[in-house]
Amino acid sequence: MRIPKKLINDPSKVAKEQLEGLIAANHGRIQAIGDKGAVCVNPLPSPQVAIVTGGGSGHEPMFAGYLGPGLATAAACGDIFAAPPPGVILDAAQAADQGKGVLFVYGNYAGDNMNFDIAAELADDEDIETQTIRIWDDVASAPLSKIKERRGVAGDLFVLKIAGAAAAQGKSLGQVTEITAHARDCTRSVGVALSAGSIPQTGKYNFELPDDELEYGMGLHGEPGVSREKMASADTVVEQLLDRIIEDLPFVAGDKVCLLINNLGSSTVMELLIANRKVHSYLESKNIEVHDTLIGSYCTSQEMAGYSISLLKLDDTLTPLYDAPCHSFALRK
Amino acid sequence: MINTAQTQALMLYVAKQVVASEPLLTEADLVIGDGDHGIGMERGFLAVIEMLEKEQLASVDKVFIKVGSTMMASMGGASGAIFGSFFRAGGKALKGTSDFDAKSLPVLIEAGLQSVMDRGGASPGDKTMIDAADMALQMSKTTSNESLESALSKVAEAAKQGVEATKSMIATTGKAKTLGERSLGHPDPGAITTAIIFKSMADFVKQGVAV
Repeated sequence: MRIPKKLINDPSKVAKEQLEGLIAANHGRIQAIGDKGAVCVNPLPSPQVAIVTGGGSGHEPMFAGYLGPGLATAAACGDIFAAPPPGVILDAAQAADQGKGVLFVYGNYAGDNMNFDIAAELADDEDIETQTIRIWDDVASAPLSKIKERRGVAGDLFVLKIAGAAAAQGKSLGQVTEITAHARDCTRSVGVALSAGSIPQTGKYNFELPDDELEYGMGLHGEPGVSREKMASADTVVEQLLDRIIEDLPFVAGDKVCLLINNLGSSTVMELLIANRKVHSYLESKNIEVHDTLIGSYCTSQEMAGYSISLLKLDDTLTPLYDAPCHSFALRK
Repeated sequence: MINTAQTQALMLYVAKQVVASEPLLTEADLVIGDGDHGIGMERGFLAVIEMLEKEQLASVDKVFIKVGSTMMASMGGASGAIFGSFFRAGGKALKGTSDFDAKSLPVLIEAGLQSVMDRGGASPGDKTMIDAADMALQMSKTTSNESLESALSKVAEAAKQGVEATKSMIATTGKAKTLGERSLGHPDPGAITTAIIFKSMADFVKQGVAV
């Protein structure tokens, strides 16, 4: 049986050590709050609504890779694939709050929902006002009629970008919340996996996928997707993925979108570019204009092979916010 | 019945048993979840062991409340919120109790279970730890006039049956929910942990610490 190979130190310290590496890479622009996984930008921007994100580690550079001006203010990082505890989320919220309120923005998972909800109660005890936007962009994880059961995946990035830009403009907590919900509602993603990732502590692959098969809609933690099929050409796979996204929102002729082709872990840039070639030609054939293209590792699942495609449908509200400058480890505009 | 110090020793024993079960829980979660349940429970109960070995808690309710808050603070994940809520709420329902007996059991489990259902929005039949805890609760209500040893042994057996029952359920919540019918045949990892907790309580009391 194949055994995962990772260059790590103590398997129980991977979440902590990757965060230390991320902090070092930010050259003082973000700092640890306590030693349990909370990080916050340094210094805080001029007083504005704080965008606090977070979730399980192991998806780097999501979430803490997106802290900085025009993006998120603070992040709470849990252990690998495990939501952060409420105290860590509260640490992040307290560090980020400037009296203008805190917007929690995170992926829709049972663990994250419960821990952020407890943190919201704890923040209320500290007189910190919070609002919550859960991101559910993965169209493969539940039917449209049950959209609130869908998971948050790489589309988190678009939602964080818009939230951060809205906050930076000095909008109120209510306004930032409303705009962020709108960005979430305009975002759709779906992924395809070719092989599994593994959690460092277990030293085992999270699932088995035969050599000649791929799986559509695989989740970021190896949650099963919608269908397993024989390996196919890149163009065929990209069409399948885009069809699922396009019909879901739906995206229609004349729409303008931002595109993210996200490496789930160990796919090659070559494959991502081949996917991008097809995405552009396919969207063009549907008369959908691509406003911006992001390609790379934005929200990963350890060494899972495969990629996800996310589209954000732009409008007069979202376009200037998307185009606004931002600076973080993993996204700069 | 057992006193406060013995209850603290009981939870220390439970914590060690769950920690020792990490490989089994990891295996179970790799099948239908994302494989982190065993590691999370280990992380939480290692923190509980450290806390219980350091502190001397004043009453039975404080033992359970502190176990819950320690898990909630250290674990993260769905399990941290769920098991943390279970013990915290269960402990609060036993406020002022200095002896833990068969009458305390349904009080502890009922309040704990209600808190878990309120927090996570799941119900019996959703293939979660609730299914094991609910079976344990029903049994504890019928054994509240027995000795603690007898009650715990029956409650532990009921929780185990709850685990078995989850095999024929389809997951509707948590990371297993997208498995749908593919989750059939596999027990829920959180239910397994719940059964281990009650089994460990029963074993501890049976080993003659007190009855």
